[in-house]
Amino acid sequence: MVIGRVIGEVWATRKTPSHEARKCLCVQPLALDGSDRGDPVLALDAVGAGVGERVLVVTEGFSAMTAVGRPNSPIDMAVIGVIDHVELEKGTA
Amino acid sequence: MFLGKVIGNVVCTMKNPVMEAKTILIVQPLDRAGKPKGKPVIALDSVGAGAGETVYWCRGREASMAWHPAEVPTDCTIVAIVDRVNVVEKS
Repeated sequence: MVIGRVIGEVWATRKTPSHEARKCLCVQPLALDGSDRGDPVLALDAVGAGVGERVLVVTEGFSAMTAVGRPNSPIDMAVIGVIDHVELEKGTA
Repeated sequence: MFLGKVIGNVVCTMKNPVMEAKTILIVQPLDRAGKPKGKPVIALDSVGAGAGETVYWCRGREASMAWHPAEVPTDCTIVAIVDRVNVVEKS
């Protein structure tokens, strides 16, 4: 799993049926110090997260499909939690 | 999944029989500003996308799930044609 920030939403009308009725969020992965890490990814929403929130993202198929509740569908990333806070030992970020 | 733009297609006559009648497209990944970033990838199309369209694609074993229960040998599949992207400006 990775920590990320929701930076936007993506709308698509023509899509694979298993993605219907699920929000597609644009998530920027973050490093532990809060800076951007790599490029944004798209993940289906499984918890009702919104733009600006810090979230937990799974980046593997089985867990993503299970979280979204659509088994055997082409989903490789899902938002599975909204982060309240992160505790970190001093000097490790 | 990742955002990308379809920039072309690949034609194969000799291919795995399961892949017959499926379009093979070339997708250029995009960054948060919508600009091309990174190397293009070859993806199988499941939604009827064409050149110039913005799409998002799925990678890995899940890519073949678009045709479940058929087992299609793909590790990269276009799963949606994007209408609109609403990304907040970098602050």
